Amino acid sequence: MSDFLMPMLGADMEKGTLVKWFITPGAHVNRGDVVADVETDKGVIAVEIWQSGDIEQILVEPGQEVAVGTVLAKMRSVADKERPSVPGPKIIEQPMPSEAEIPQRVHASPLAKRIAEDLGVDLIKIKGTGPNGAITRADVEGAAKRLKEIPQPTVIAEAVAAPVTTGVASSDQMRRAVAAAMVRSKRDIPHYYLQTDVNVQKLMSWLTEENRRIPVTERILAIAPIMKAIALGLRESPEFNGFYKDGAFQPQSDINLGMIISLRGGGLVAPGITAVDVASVPEIMSRLRDLIERGRRGKLRSSEITSPTVTISSLGEQGVDVVYGVIYPPQVALVGLGGIRERPWADSGMVGAAHQLTITVSADHRVSDGHLGSRLLNRISELLQNPEAL
Amino acid sequence: MKEITYREACHDAVRSALLADERVFLIGEDVGSYGGCYAVSRGMLSEFGPQRVRDAPLSESAFVGAAIGAAMAGMRPIVELMTVNFSLLALDQIVNNAATLLHMSGGQINVPLVIRMATGAGRQLAAQHSHSWEGWYAHIPGLKIVTPSNVDDARWMLQAALADPDPVLIFEHVNLYNEKGALNESLTAVPLTGAAIRRTGNDLSIITYGACVNKSLRAATELAEKISCEVIDLRSLRPLDEATILASVRKTSRALIVDEGWRSGGIGAEISARLMEQAFYDLDAPVARVCGAEVPIPYPKHLEDAAIPQVASIKKAAETLVGSHE
Amino acid sequence: MTAAAQPTVASGRETALCLLRDMLLCRRFEEKCAEEYSLGRIRGFLHLYIGEEAVAVGAMRALAEGDAVFATYRDHAHALLRGVTAGAIMAEMFGKREGCSHGRGGSMHLFSREHNFFGGNAIVAGALPLAVGYALATKLKNRRDVTACFFGEGAIAEGEFHESLNLAALWQLPVLFICENNLYAMGTVLDRSESQIDLCAKSSSYRIKSTCVDGMDVMAVLNAATEAVQHIRETGAPVFIECQTYRFRAHSMFDPELYRDPEEVKRWKLRDPIPAFLSKAVAAGQLLTTDLDLLEKEVAVVVQEAVAFAEQGTLEPVEDLLRHVYSEREILQSVGGVK
Repeated sequence: MSDFLMPMLGADMEKGTLVKWFITPGAHVNRGDVVADVETDKGVIAVEIWQSGDIEQILVEPGQEVAVGTVLAKMRSVADKERPSVPGPKIIEQPMPSEAEIPQRVHASPLAKRIAEDLGVDLIKIKGTGPNGAITRADVEGAAKRLKEIPQPTVIAEAVAAPVTTGVASSDQMRRAVAAAMVRSKRDIPHYYLQTDVNVQKLMSWLTEENRRIPVTERILAIAPIMKAIALGLRESPEFNGFYKDGAFQPQSDINLGMIISLRGGGLVAPGITAVDVASVPEIMSRLRDLIERGRRGKLRSSEITSPTVTISSLGEQGVDVVYGVIYPPQVALVGLGGIRERPWADSGMVGAAHQLTITVSADHRVSDGHLGSRLLNRISELLQNPEAL
Repeated sequence: MKEITYREACHDAVRSALLADERVFLIGEDVGSYGGCYAVSRGMLSEFGPQRVRDAPLSESAFVGAAIGAAMAGMRPIVELMTVNFSLLALDQIVNNAATLLHMSGGQINVPLVIRMATGAGRQLAAQHSHSWEGWYAHIPGLKIVTPSNVDDARWMLQAALADPDPVLIFEHVNLYNEKGALNESLTAVPLTGAAIRRTGNDLSIITYGACVNKSLRAATELAEKISCEVIDLRSLRPLDEATILASVRKTSRALIVDEGWRSGGIGAEISARLMEQAFYDLDAPVARVCGAEVPIPYPKHLEDAAIPQVASIKKAAETLVGSHE
Repeated sequence: MTAAAQPTVASGRETALCLLRDMLLCRRFEEKCAEEYSLGRIRGFLHLYIGEEAVAVGAMRALAEGDAVFATYRDHAHALLRGVTAGAIMAEMFGKREGCSHGRGGSMHLFSREHNFFGGNAIVAGALPLAVGYALATKLKNRRDVTACFFGEGAIAEGEFHESLNLAALWQLPVLFICENNLYAMGTVLDRSESQIDLCAKSSSYRIKSTCVDGMDVMAVLNAATEAVQHIRETGAPVFIECQTYRFRAHSMFDPELYRDPEEVKRWKLRDPIPAFLSKAVAAGQLLTTDLDLLEKEVAVVVQEAVAFAEQGTLEPVEDLLRHVYSEREILQSVGGVK
């Protein structure tokens, strides 16, 4: 007994449909006889049989589609010879791709990265001088040399005079550093405090509107336009924007707002966003997001720690209504933000509900006074009434 | 040292090949009575006769194919194709026969054929006579692609190509024919393949070939006070001398590829990819390329100049690559 | 320039036996190829010559050992007739390294330098320029060898056909152009692709001596080829022969033959060159009817041994994948061709 198989009729043939048999069981066939029509992708092809003998049994009925090598009929051949079977297709299992790692956005050449690793230099600290500001081998080697020369402070304690950087400080060290700075602040700076309630109803509606148009990941939080308003307000009140050093106030032209970030492991950092007064609201938002994310990972640049000219302390998220902050020396002012809450609001003899925010200013009496402080607060409040202009 | 033109070097190469080996013959359009489109074979018809300096009709496919057939029969034909653009009319023979016969026959039938052709822009010959397709040909296993850039290579690479058992395509840049250079008279042979370092440097490796070698050398000289450039003349695009390229880039950590061919899918892209594969952690800057603009070569001089690498564009790319601290 | 009206008769018993045996070998060998293909042991494209055997058998017998042959992708018969062993050809189609092209070429690329057999060319008309060049080398070396080049009538539509005939005539090169006109360029019948279907008119226009013969009559082909080869050796000039023939089977294995009428195939099969030749030779007293059985048995053994040889062949190790792209040292020394 031998098999008559669905033949391989072309390199690209995988299966065929039996269209018609020209034989019936019991029929005698000769080698070379056309015994069936098979339909393929290319059309109907007459199929020959390669053995002589008698058909015993037909296994595939007209209309059936079967793979190449399938037994179509059984026959008793004259020379009942073994035929090699057609090998089936091999299934090769593909390994699953491993999860991609999240890339770190430091523009450094592969060589610079390799050398930095060898020398134990943190690329975050280095300013690149290569194409598009990328960090090159020379930058890494230069930084390594400087590292050797200057003992590196690792504690935020020095944040006051020369604040530093990475998240290497332990929470204890950080606590001690904050304590030192605050003691110095309360000892040296005659603080005064002002506060005002601001109706931010328009701001909230405007935000809702804006956020509808942009992807979730780029969504703007109220802090961004508020920072912008503070920055613009500071532009008109230069007495609050600067450093008190060597017995004199040094106003700063750039308005860099520091944002106090509490770290998960305890401790505080206050990195800054530079030139907030000229940045757009979405830009402030994305920089803030980046800053918070990196701040919590301990990946801040030293310049971000040293640059703030005014610090903001925002504790609204923690359920606080009013913040009376302690100024970070050598700065001369701190703006405190409470939570935004819906509260009764009287307007033209009518009481309604409105979203409100309590803003405070802690300021250095050596440099400014309550009159100037009120002007600043009022200006910020005014700016927040016109959010689309920010 | 003797000053000769690149054209004279090509002429001397062909003539000495005809003198040295009876199996060698020159075949091509207007190589005989006309003396060669670029006057390389002037005077050879009278010296060697029409059997060995054979004018062919305008049928590139047939005479290139015939040269392949003659090579299969043990001859050593030198085919001259007027320009790289015309070689496309013989592409079937070059790609489907010359490059594959050895393989299809399981190593029995080699094709010791040499094809010389003019390539490149710079003579205002517009969009059907000016392209640089050596990079295309370098895509094809079975062929060897060489690009003599100076008189020494123009003089001696042909001899090495004729000694090779497989098909060799020699690309002579049209702008080089009139260039003069000092022929090293002590040379009697050069290797067919393998890159040459034409200038050593430490800050940047400029990897180039053909007519762009001189431009790159000029750029390197002008930059010398600021940037120390190493200039690599590839000489052969297939096989590529990876060892020389990698050693240089590992030393300088920066690579600038200068290629007159189009950027997309060009030989520059291939070199860049190999650097990524094998020298990634040695790179101190992204690999940069100065390539032909993605446009058929235009006729007017100012646009033609703008379409291909120039000394100024090479310098600019080098400066950008090295960055601000050098 | 018309088909020979009266088929010629073999001049002697020995020649007749050879011709019949050659045709039978080609036929049975290729039937086996079809069978092996249907079993998946031969893959790729497989183009069979069945029906056209008289052309190659007649033409090859006119050639001498030193002559060179260039053929197409329908090349099994040509390789066999040139003396390449059936086993080496079958092994090639099985992809085994004992194949005549080391297994690298397959059905369409059979080569054997030893037999001056240069394939095995699967670009239509692609081998014509090669044959012209090979003949040019012969001429430059002052040899009298003939280069025979087989191609289908489909090649006539290609520019390379015209360029090559022009060169061969212009340079007076010893090429025998043999056009196997089986009427169909794959599925396109001649008068649907050519404005002038008198093929000899085309070749004659290049001032090449041209003749048209009945390609189903092995003696007609043999006589025309013998005369052509003699002319070429005497004058060094090319000759063109059109052999009108027909392939009985599909273009390749995967071809439902939508383009031709089964009745046409039946009509041509009545002119099958093997029985036609046998009956004429028997009538002329050159062969006995019993000769066929003896030859069939002899051929069957050859075919069976070829399959066995191919089955026993070995596969090239994958580590050798990149071989044969550039010459290796041993090949450098064997380069020679026409000496």
